[in-house]
Amino acid sequence: MNARAFFAMLARDAHVARRNAMVLLFQTFLQPLLFVFIFGKVMVRSGYMPASYKSLLLPGIMAISMVFTGIWAVAMPLISEFQFTREIEDRLLAPIEIGWVAMEKVLAGTIQALLSGLVVIPAAWLILRPVPLDFSRPLLFLAVTVLVALFAAAGGLALGCTVNQTHIGLMFSLVLTPMIFFGCTYYPWSALDSFPILQKLVLINPLVYASEGLRATLVPQFPHLSLVAVLIVLTLFDTLMLVLGLRQFRGKAVS
Amino acid sequence: MVGIRTHDLLKVYNSAPPFGAGGGSPSAQRGKQKKQPKPEIDALDGLSLEVAAGEVFGLLGPNGAGKSTTVGILTTRVQPTGGQAWIGEHDVWKQQVPVKRVIGVVAQRPNLDFSLTAREILVFHGAYFGLDSHERTKRADALLERFKLTDRADQMVRGFSGGMMQRLSIARAMMHDPQVLFLDEPSAGLDPQTRLLLWEIIREYNHSGKTILLTTHNMEEADALSHRLAIIDHGRMIALGSPGELKASVPGGYLLRLRFGTNSPELLEKLRSLAGVREVRPVEPNGADVYADRGGSLIPEVATLAASSGVELHDVHISEPSLENLFLHHTGRSLRE
Repeated sequence: MNARAFFAMLARDAHVARRNAMVLLFQTFLQPLLFVFIFGKVMVRSGYMPASYKSLLLPGIMAISMVFTGIWAVAMPLISEFQFTREIEDRLLAPIEIGWVAMEKVLAGTIQALLSGLVVIPAAWLILRPVPLDFSRPLLFLAVTVLVALFAAAGGLALGCTVNQTHIGLMFSLVLTPMIFFGCTYYPWSALDSFPILQKLVLINPLVYASEGLRATLVPQFPHLSLVAVLIVLTLFDTLMLVLGLRQFRGKAVS
Repeated sequence: MVGIRTHDLLKVYNSAPPFGAGGGSPSAQRGKQKKQPKPEIDALDGLSLEVAAGEVFGLLGPNGAGKSTTVGILTTRVQPTGGQAWIGEHDVWKQQVPVKRVIGVVAQRPNLDFSLTAREILVFHGAYFGLDSHERTKRADALLERFKLTDRADQMVRGFSGGMMQRLSIARAMMHDPQVLFLDEPSAGLDPQTRLLLWEIIREYNHSGKTILLTTHNMEEADALSHRLAIIDHGRMIALGSPGELKASVPGGYLLRLRFGTNSPELLEKLRSLAGVREVRPVEPNGADVYADRGGSLIPEVATLAASSGVELHDVHISEPSLENLFLHHTGRSLRE
């Protein structure tokens, strides 16, 4: 691997992200924070939701933000760069193996997803305070967060190199929306106890492990999936997405 | 100094070929196509080339001849179905990184980084190739100046005209001072003034010892720039030589394309006996391509012969010795058809 080329590409992505910071900010945070405001603030204060819901909601919102940011940050540029502007060609012709061009995209997406996850916490906390969060196991929290961010970015690579430009809308309505609603983001997995079949089915959804994992580390007082299981499954999803994404990327990069 | 070599290159696309490498000819296996839902397109059919280090080499051919596919293979972007390609001593497919280090590529269609300004495009490109920050800035400024883009240097390229994008693409390809420069249809869509600037820059770059491979379907450009040319059609080479040699290889040099009112084999026979006529080829339905060593002075004689045979002369087109005539002579088709 050619480290200079790799980090030059990372610098390029950082430069572009800085330039588009305002757009990215709204794109990433507006929807989750509105959700936090309505469900965590309005519904709780008016008595429709118990106060404890705030703590339950926050990890789910964090998972949504991270997964969306990571997928969006990697998939959207790839879709247009491969199909419309072809601007990726400049990087494919840089003196570096093309697999590393894809890895750079994944790293940039992972960093963006991490940042968005870490920004959601204080932002939501400001809206919801007081909301008790447990930071007594920082390493586990970090491990889950990194795995979730990597999943998002690698998933973005796989989607971005598979979905056709004309099917972007379909990608959202068919893949991402169901993923969110069946992702145990607005409710814990245990809330599905009375829907046993659905409860089993949603286990194929990686977002379930992201929200439950963050819940297990941030608000362990609520019921959640076993942290060990979460770490294992997230690692498997990360690997799967990365392998799939790299394969698709090569297929797109070379004819 | 680095040269280019290919041996027996084959490329069959079984999905849509990339932009710029369109066309090609459908594979011969038409009978099997019902079983094969993916149509196969033969883009290259055993192409062997040898481009000397320091040479400007032109690939001339109509759209779909295999020019862009050849460039794609030589620049690591297309995997050959068969055969081999080398840049210098490096096998292009097996040693991609060292190959990418010594080549610069200008694609047929602009592929500039739309999220960056013109200057940033050059500077980041330099960074990908490991130039230090001082060197990057220096070269970017020099190239912007050379390509007359200095006053737009800090604008996003999204609003650039086609010609400006093309200029910037070429500047970018030169940013890391590659030993081999690939230009795929470099002057397509350029105004005449910019085209001349581009030609001047290409010659200048070549004089500094660099190898240049350019594809074009513009005869004038091939003639003006190339030391040697390969004319390709349907993925095969049909002629190779310097522009002068190639033009001299057309019988007579002049081409008279005649159209008559009726089809008359006797008239064609009589045309063959005219002084200076080298070759007469019938053209469906009622025409003839006459290759001769003189042009306009043949017309009165042709008209007299036609009248004496009772055949009406409908149309005459005379072309002077050119690569266009050569292409026509080899393929029976015009380059623009």
